[in-house]
Amino acid sequence: MEFAELIKTPRADNVILHRPFYPAVEGTLCLTGHHLILSSRRQDNAEELWLLHSNIDSIEKRFVGSLGTIIIKCKDLRIIQLDIPGMEECLNIASSIEALSTLDSVTLMYPFFYRPMFEVVEDGWHSFLPEREFELLSSVTNEWRLSYVNKEFSVCPSYPPAVTVPKSIDDEALRRVATFRHGGRFPVLSYYHKKNGMVMMRSSQPLTGTNGRRCKEDSALINATLRAGKRGYIIDTRSLNVAQQARAKGGGFEQEVQYPQWRRIHKSVERYNILQESLIKLVEACNDQSHNMDRWLSKLEASNWLTHVKEILTAACLAGQCIDREGASVLVHGTEGTDSTLQITSLAQIILDPRCRTIRGFEALVEREWLQAGHPFRLRCAQSAYSNSKQKWESPVFFLFLDCVWQILRQFPCSFEFNEHFLIMLFEHAYASQFGTFLGNNESERCKLKLSQKTMSLWSWVNQPEELRKFKNPLFEANSLVIWPSVAPQSLQLWEGVFLRWNRSSKFLDEAYEEMNNIIEYNKELQAKVNALRRQLAELETDDGMQENS
Amino acid sequence: MYYQVENVKLLDRYTNRKPANGTLYLTATHLIYVDASAEVRKETWILHHHIASVEKLPLTTSGCPLLIRCKNFRVAHLVIGHERDCHEVYTSLLKLSQPVKPEELYAFSYNPKMPKDSREIGWKLIDLKVDYQRMGIPNDFWEITDANKDYEVCNTYPPEVVVPKAANKATVLGSAKFRSRGRIPVLSYLYKENNAAICRCSQPLSGFSARCLEDEQMLQAIRQANPGSPFMYVVDTRPKLNAMANRAAGKGYENEDNYDNIHFKFIGIENIHVMRSSLQKLLEVCETKSPSMSDFLTGLENSGWLRHIKAVMDAGVFLAKAVKEEKASVLVHCSDGWDRTAQVCSLASLLLDPFYRTFKGLMVLIEKEWIVMGHKFSHRCGHLDGDLKEVSPVFTQFTECVWQLMQQFPCAFEFNERFLLEIHDHVYSCQFGNFLGSCYREREALKIFEKTHSLWPFLLQKKQEFRNPLYKGFTVYKELKPNTLPFSFQFWCGMYNRFDKGMHPKQCVLDHLLNCMSQKMKLEDNATDLENKLPFLDNPLPNEVCSLSKIVNASVESSKTPMLNTPQDYESEPPALLTNGAIVEEVDIMPDQDQKNKENFANHHDLLDLNSTMEVIESDAKKEKPQHQ
Repeated sequence: MEFAELIKTPRADNVILHRPFYPAVEGTLCLTGHHLILSSRRQDNAEELWLLHSNIDSIEKRFVGSLGTIIIKCKDLRIIQLDIPGMEECLNIASSIEALSTLDSVTLMYPFFYRPMFEVVEDGWHSFLPEREFELLSSVTNEWRLSYVNKEFSVCPSYPPAVTVPKSIDDEALRRVATFRHGGRFPVLSYYHKKNGMVMMRSSQPLTGTNGRRCKEDSALINATLRAGKRGYIIDTRSLNVAQQARAKGGGFEQEVQYPQWRRIHKSVERYNILQESLIKLVEACNDQSHNMDRWLSKLEASNWLTHVKEILTAACLAGQCIDREGASVLVHGTEGTDSTLQITSLAQIILDPRCRTIRGFEALVEREWLQAGHPFRLRCAQSAYSNSKQKWESPVFFLFLDCVWQILRQFPCSFEFNEHFLIMLFEHAYASQFGTFLGNNESERCKLKLSQKTMSLWSWVNQPEELRKFKNPLFEANSLVIWPSVAPQSLQLWEGVFLRWNRSSKFLDEAYEEMNNIIEYNKELQAKVNALRRQLAELETDDGMQENS
Repeated sequence: MYYQVENVKLLDRYTNRKPANGTLYLTATHLIYVDASAEVRKETWILHHHIASVEKLPLTTSGCPLLIRCKNFRVAHLVIGHERDCHEVYTSLLKLSQPVKPEELYAFSYNPKMPKDSREIGWKLIDLKVDYQRMGIPNDFWEITDANKDYEVCNTYPPEVVVPKAANKATVLGSAKFRSRGRIPVLSYLYKENNAAICRCSQPLSGFSARCLEDEQMLQAIRQANPGSPFMYVVDTRPKLNAMANRAAGKGYENEDNYDNIHFKFIGIENIHVMRSSLQKLLEVCETKSPSMSDFLTGLENSGWLRHIKAVMDAGVFLAKAVKEEKASVLVHCSDGWDRTAQVCSLASLLLDPFYRTFKGLMVLIEKEWIVMGHKFSHRCGHLDGDLKEVSPVFTQFTECVWQLMQQFPCAFEFNERFLLEIHDHVYSCQFGNFLGSCYREREALKIFEKTHSLWPFLLQKKQEFRNPLYKGFTVYKELKPNTLPFSFQFWCGMYNRFDKGMHPKQCVLDHLLNCMSQKMKLEDNATDLENKLPFLDNPLPNEVCSLSKIVNASVESSKTPMLNTPQDYESEPPALLTNGAIVEEVDIMPDQDQKNKENFANHHDLLDLNSTMEVIESDAKKEKPQHQ
């Protein structure tokens, strides 16, 4: 298919662009296969708009006489408006945008066409290989092994080729366990807590069904992670009720009789399109320009977004508590083990593991616990807050995870190497990007698409020193402690940087951030100067001493 | 003299951690709880004046619970072993927390052992005449008159007020007869750049049809003092319905037909009773144990608190805009002109004039619009045993509005949140004379200038801990135009859940930056010292980053902020038992002290630390503990 077929009107003149914080500007609108571009004839190019079609969530059009207006709502929550003279042009452009923003084929997406303008120093596709992670693990324990049982993606289509499992469990057993777990997602290692050797594993639900099917390899696998005489915790991210109902469809949960060494805790975390609806309502509330306080608070409440943030964080804290405080190993799963499970396991690691609070460590976490773990990004992030498709699979699961990280960052502003912009950047790229990182639903799909050869990794770009600088938190002071966030409603806030980003100017907050940065930078320079002077003085004194001695 | 009870538990309402076990002391001024079980001695000090209510809860197996709610929103939940002791404590606290006579207030016994003249100088720190001079008054249009020197015009106004020059004595006296309690229109703030003024008064006694020539002349004089504008606004900050109801009682609001060129406008800020009950509801929400997100947000909405805060802010913004953008003068009133009017006028000044966003400026503003103009602190704060219906969080709302502005403009204020909280504490503490009584005349009668100390110099001494490290100085932001869409208003956890430490961010950016500021001074000194030791260096020193950055000055290293959710002693040395902080022998509180501080920041630790709050020194030596429910 040629993009040209979709573009009936490639350009229109005298188009007026309205967008947040800028005065309306007139210019020429151009449509390319992947971008919507508006250029005013201003010298400084400051007024240019480059918008990826894949960033467009929905469009609306209306006409007054022959003047058409297209309202474009983006996945990053921005809303822009184009006034296009000429009804035909406007209709053509609108239909092109609609078609180009909802391309069916992944290989037509921009990452397959994008040519980077920077030199790749480190190829992000190879930055976070499971082998590297396993090396780190091997340096502290020898109880685990890297299994390639899923090399051909035949045991579990949503798992990566290499997974970490207890050493004592062979591949044959893993194959059996895979048939006992939803989608073949047998329990694998998610996190090893160096402090006490406890672990967190994740999987999908066991397929016990109504007649209580069992699998002795399954219990053997998870029991292999327990110390003698110790109990572990299974955190089921569904309510007991939901878990029980799942049996009727062949799913289920670990029965006490078959897993006597495990205590099961049901910690309900919402999933699927309920989260999407929550996002839609929240963004609608944030875009409401009404001056009515009661209306705002009641809409904020009714969106339930912060309720979800609170429940996810609470479950993650619970998992962390079991590991760090109770000294127990934990298995986390819900139904498929690709959504709420990953929210819990990744947040628990941020709480427990200082490495995950560094930029590199956080990237590794996203890679390990989201991309390789098979969170279906393509399905979940197909649409954002302005979607009206109401598909069950669309769900801001990763977005909520980022919000939860922001909440912890807000409570521990000095414990993270990255800042809020880093999280916002990841949010944007998860929904629309020039990079291939978030394409596909799992490693198997990415492999088939040959993403690592045909597209650029987001990490290749982010990890350049000049890009990293934007994402560094000036307050960061490495801190090896476990950080326990408060989940009281008073401690959780609306993530302004994302949800109010286009609704209120952040000028004064940006200035404050800048000022803070300056204060800290200046101190660092001073410190360096003092050190240099000390060294000079010391050298001089040594010289003097030598002269005296000689 | 003090009373002592052993085996008292203090419950932490936020966490489920094992309650502390300790000793309770009642002194003449404080309730003090000493935690015996903690590894590091932990003391909780509660000023009797801060106690809003004491409640005996039903007996439990562990003892008799006593719930103490404070005006600064601390909630102390004590459990006392014996019923008899509990009752004793209960009745004592009731008595101690509700003094009957003004002379019983703490300010009259508080003695920081300071020379008499320092105290007198302290009272002169804030001179409103200087502020009027700053506005260019007196000038061709405005004058400071002592028409009220014997309180003939108005007994709740100060002896000197600023009125239009064109308004003669007869106009003033005539207008006073037509204004509720004689609170005539006087100047609150003059915007020098365009001569637009903010004036304030009480409601007119217009009833259904009454008019008053002198009052009309008075308004005309105000309007004409701003020759650039053909009209002026008259703003009634009450809801229209309330104002209309007042007409039946012979009061009411201005009839546009009777006054030349006025634009009359209602801004619906609710009355003190609505505000009191709103706060009550808000505090119930804050006190709820383990609320769901929904409970909290619904409760927040139902309390109406943020709606009221927004209403006050909107009014302030309206005034500032009228003055700055429409160049029109504004006359503001409510009923008596001492609650909503004070909120709105002071907020507008703060928005218009960067001076009021400095330490000194905020003090001047509070002095000028609140204290001197007769905001009834004594009644609104319930300093004395009296009518509970007079109590209302009017000043708290103003404080919160300032805080909300600080959230939107983090670099525009010289002071930080702690400064606001400290002032708020002292409005209720009665430790200083400033907020006693309900008007200037009463304060004179109480002889507060002779018998008590002023708060302001004490605050200036603690300037280093109250400063905002992000402050960009006086000239960077002129007028502030806050966003007043509902999402711009946040719940102020630092005020209403202030003592629930577990809810606050565990690492404090403010502390971090304050540390940076003091490090900076040390480093600059170090650099100068070192440069002096290298006298023979002709070349300017290289500024390049040194590879030996690990060699860090030990003192610098040790001042790094530790993290709060680790088992560390976060506060400094705990004080000796029953010291109330006022142990300083000599204090130099010359008004220029703050100037000295500025010049010599590095030595600020050596400054005598007047622990003026008498508050808690909590050594938060808690076990690291997860705090989710």
